[in-house]
Amino acid sequence: MEMTLTVNGTSHTADVEPRTLLVHHIREGIGLTGTNVGCDTTSCGACTVLLDGQSIKSCTVLAVQVDGQSVTTIEGLAGADGTMHPVQAAFREHHGLQCGYCTPGMVMAAVSLLAEQPNPDERAVREGIEGNLCRCTGYHNIVQAVLSAASAQEGGS
Amino acid sequence: MIPAAFDYQRVDSVDAAVAALGEHGDEAKLLAGGHSLLPLMKLRLATPSVLIDLGRVQELSYVQDRGDHIAIGALTRHHVLHTSGLLATDAPLLAHAAGQVGDPQVRHRGTLGGSIAHGDPASDLPAVLLALRATLVARGPEGNRSIAVDDFFVGFLETALRPDEVLTEVQVPKVTGQGWSFQKMNRRAQDWAIVGVACVLSGTAAGIGLVNMASRPLRASATEAALAGGASLADAAQAAAEGAEASADLNASAEFREHLARVLVRRALEESAAGGRSAARV
Amino acid sequence: MSILGNRVLRVEDPKLLTSGGTYVADVRVPELDGAAHITYVRSTIAHANITGMEVDEARQAPGVLGVFTAADIDLGVPPLLPMFNQAMARPLLADGVVRFVGEPVAVIVSERPEQGADASELVWPDYDPLPVIVDPMESARDEVLLHPAAGTNVVLALTYGEDPNLFDGCEVVVSEDIVNQRVAVVPLESRSAAAAWVDGRLWQWSSTQNAHGVRDVLAGQYGLDPAAVRVIAPDVGGGFGAKIGVTPEEVLLGWLARRVGRPVRWSETRSENMVAMGHGRGQWQKIEIGGRRDGTVEAYRLTILQDGGAYPNMGALLPWLTRVMAPGTYVIPRVEVASRAVVTNTTCTVAYRGAGRPEATAAIERAMDIFAFEVGMDPVEVRRKNLIPADAFPYTTATDAVYDSGDYEEALDRVLEGAGYQELRAEQARRREAADVVQMGIGVALYVEITAGPTAGSEHARVVVDVDGSATIYTGTSAHGQGHDTAFATLVSSRLGIPMDKITVVHGDTDLVERGQGTMGSRSLQLGGSAVFEAAAEVITRATQIAARLLEVTPGEIAFDDSNGAFRVAGGDEPGVGWPDVAGASKFDGTPLAASVDFQASEPTFPFGAHLAVVDVDTETGQVRLVRFVAVDDAGRILNPLLAEGQRHGGIAQGSAQALLEEVCFDADGNPVTSNLADYAAISATELPSFELIAMETPTPINPLGAKGIGESGTVGSTPAVQSAVVDALGHLGVRHLDMPATAERVWRAIQDAPSGKGA
Repeated sequence: MEMTLTVNGTSHTADVEPRTLLVHHIREGIGLTGTNVGCDTTSCGACTVLLDGQSIKSCTVLAVQVDGQSVTTIEGLAGADGTMHPVQAAFREHHGLQCGYCTPGMVMAAVSLLAEQPNPDERAVREGIEGNLCRCTGYHNIVQAVLSAASAQEGGS
Repeated sequence: MIPAAFDYQRVDSVDAAVAALGEHGDEAKLLAGGHSLLPLMKLRLATPSVLIDLGRVQELSYVQDRGDHIAIGALTRHHVLHTSGLLATDAPLLAHAAGQVGDPQVRHRGTLGGSIAHGDPASDLPAVLLALRATLVARGPEGNRSIAVDDFFVGFLETALRPDEVLTEVQVPKVTGQGWSFQKMNRRAQDWAIVGVACVLSGTAAGIGLVNMASRPLRASATEAALAGGASLADAAQAAAEGAEASADLNASAEFREHLARVLVRRALEESAAGGRSAARV
Repeated sequence: MSILGNRVLRVEDPKLLTSGGTYVADVRVPELDGAAHITYVRSTIAHANITGMEVDEARQAPGVLGVFTAADIDLGVPPLLPMFNQAMARPLLADGVVRFVGEPVAVIVSERPEQGADASELVWPDYDPLPVIVDPMESARDEVLLHPAAGTNVVLALTYGEDPNLFDGCEVVVSEDIVNQRVAVVPLESRSAAAAWVDGRLWQWSSTQNAHGVRDVLAGQYGLDPAAVRVIAPDVGGGFGAKIGVTPEEVLLGWLARRVGRPVRWSETRSENMVAMGHGRGQWQKIEIGGRRDGTVEAYRLTILQDGGAYPNMGALLPWLTRVMAPGTYVIPRVEVASRAVVTNTTCTVAYRGAGRPEATAAIERAMDIFAFEVGMDPVEVRRKNLIPADAFPYTTATDAVYDSGDYEEALDRVLEGAGYQELRAEQARRREAADVVQMGIGVALYVEITAGPTAGSEHARVVVDVDGSATIYTGTSAHGQGHDTAFATLVSSRLGIPMDKITVVHGDTDLVERGQGTMGSRSLQLGGSAVFEAAAEVITRATQIAARLLEVTPGEIAFDDSNGAFRVAGGDEPGVGWPDVAGASKFDGTPLAASVDFQASEPTFPFGAHLAVVDVDTETGQVRLVRFVAVDDAGRILNPLLAEGQRHGGIAQGSAQALLEEVCFDADGNPVTSNLADYAAISATELPSFELIAMETPTPINPLGAKGIGESGTVGSTPAVQSAVVDALGHLGVRHLDMPATAERVWRAIQDAPSGKGA
């Protein structure tokens, strides 16, 4: 069926088979491959994107379900001039990524967390990323990065 | 993993959903947030030939004060429940437990009605509704009917909903000021509970729902009765697993689940009795 | 000032953070235009004869280009490692017999991936069930043979010492049967590959740790000259040892591409990955330790039964490494190790972060704990008493390993001080006294492991300086998250005085890098980095000669400034020449300014450390929470603390996860019950604390960088530290040992069954 999705500010209209998962539509239909698939049980969070500003797992949403809505992926987070979002910058500064596969989903989960809880403590950060698995970092530096991004946002606003 | 093919039908009202269910019968499944159904469809453990998407039925997303109870639209998402000021005051157990379901992404999509209608004994919120003695409202071709929560869960993934009915509303009595507790034991935060306990307590009147202690969400009736009969909290908790039919799986034997039920019910009662969790801890 | 030793931020990150990496499934190149999709049909039964296979309906399904079974495949069976029983070789598709759930029995080529999934439901194998062996002990009895032609279920048996009187003269001898359980590897990117025939050559994109290794396997399978195969490893989403080898699903892609006349793509699902990529660990161990009542250890015997899975793979070889590292950090005069690896009707076992060394460390550290328990001493003091002293290096162990350098007691002291060991013991005593519901456990483990081994390693590097003053590094290592681009660029930048942003690192493409051995065994910096380091030095030597000619002096009169890359006449104040000048002159002469080096180490290296874990154990529910983790890891000289700490964090998390909650399980019929990430508890952020890292650097003399490997240390030390802490929390109840993982029910049952437990 025909559907329209705004991705990173650009509207895309396409004919989509109803069983197409949002993540596949983003990757194959729209051609943005930053969002990854890491599991098939809604467990790992690698496919996390923002739907109307809130983190969701795009492997557990049909593309047709979000017809007319707005999605932000990792490709849409940095500023138009390429300036990294504070969460992206903090991940780099604190070495919050290694192989990078979980990273887009992890970053989007963190952005959503900070939108809801601008000033989380360590426990809240860990709970905020409980739906995202990382096998490389042991989460230590991810947690540091999110805490640091929170401080940066706090200081900047 | 990609679901098997199906026909997709989007409805914009409850009546349209009821009509669509009437048309397609057993072949059809209702889709709300999709966080119970889509995982099964991806693994092809569920292969409905028609999906009726309720996602656009705006009329079913609300949390309203109705005097002696709070009414919650079936499509209200877990995250909305968790952050609802009304629930924080008048049904803090539900607000808190909604924040324990799955993970943040799941809570942004998953709905109360979807979770309840799925009837999964491992889900958190059915046990909460048991504890709160909620009433469920369903709409079918003949209109609305109310179902007491104790009559709603009839078997494994089986509810009292008829094939042509849509769950539209959940009504929870206000428990303002009552002690409450939610105990969830799991391996990882995102996992289903190995055993969970939802509890409200006012004097000797308790409402206690158990997660994962039978093929359906279960009330700890024996403990509730013991308390009403004057038993101490600790003694009453010893009856927590009476009537349970806990299953054995990867994470626990039936025997261990029964043990956990007794421990967690006791802790839940003690926490509730000690003034319970305050709204601030939601 | 040199940037070596500084926290240089990763050059890899901006791309990974803003557009995401380019993993195999993301590769968009003309050679893969119009690629078909591959779906494997997998066995749903653990052991059976295949008596028939109905595929006609699948062939007629929409979008299907072909369905193939073993009868169609005319590629040979890949050879096993030479030390294995060759009659156990694995066919590319199950040929007449299936031996584990998940083994591919047929393959479908389709236009779209979902069409392959649809068609796979229309393939109907007929199975005649055979007896299923899940338990390696049962396998070892050889009553049911998985590979009848082999005549046994034993893949490989190794013996090191057979003295029946090993423990003669010991005042105390204790033993325990312990299990180092099977765990899943779980790289976040599952296996993924694509293949195309390009001008008669086979091009394969592969999510691998070892592009050249994949090339050589494919060349062998297809009867091609290695030069006729190009393997490209784009960004790789984690490997942890499981992406060292080449699996049948990957080998077949070139054949399928040729058969359907189109390039093909394959990305497995996580559910497939959990049953078919390979698992780690899986050792049943018997530990026997003897010594004096004063805590002196005199003899140690380790008997290993390794679960190899259905077909011999890397896992069956790992007891060899376990044997090498068996005595750990201790002076033990008499050590024996005997191992057998057997096949079972389960997923194959492969290398997993640590690969054989965590199993050795877990065994000896458990042995030290039970020995301390038996003689009634603090486990830390028993360890201290038996440590190899700092002045004993290089030290040859009873199992013939030559430890290069170390100071184990210093590591122990630092971890105890960092953790506040005495205060922790006091708090533990307080809680025991008060009979708190939540008891505290403290676990200390010392480890030493072997990196860049098991024999002396080598690696290739080529450094080229171009006429624009930029440099390109070609390395035979194959990063998949470790940060080689940053590490190697740092080495060259500090050496040549070329800014980081003008240095490119090339790896994982066999057409661009002449040779290489990939990234595994914590080898990359010490071998690959040393090669880069020495190649850079050679470039300077060559450049100095050219600069001398340009400046009309002898090379001995040239002074090179590594802060800015300037060649000057020593003592003069002329501006001299820079990299563009010398690279330009070299090119004018007809040769690029470049150097190739194959660095050859004389020995492996032996990093070491001490880990301390603190756990809370809820004695009513059995639930364990890891509350603190303190680690001293000494991997010689540290090039970039940021990268080294990241490696330690990740390893500690994975190792702790094995002790706390991860385990691959099968039911008695061989059905996997942890075959996705909902059932398998891959550890998440909520089960871990932040880690407390303490630095220590004891350089190795084995390479010019003084560096040892850091990639696996975390998993080697943390598993026994956490396991020991859990047992320690129950020590006052009389619990001496508890197998992993420390699930709530296991802990609760141990308390129920304990001599001084609650028992109620």
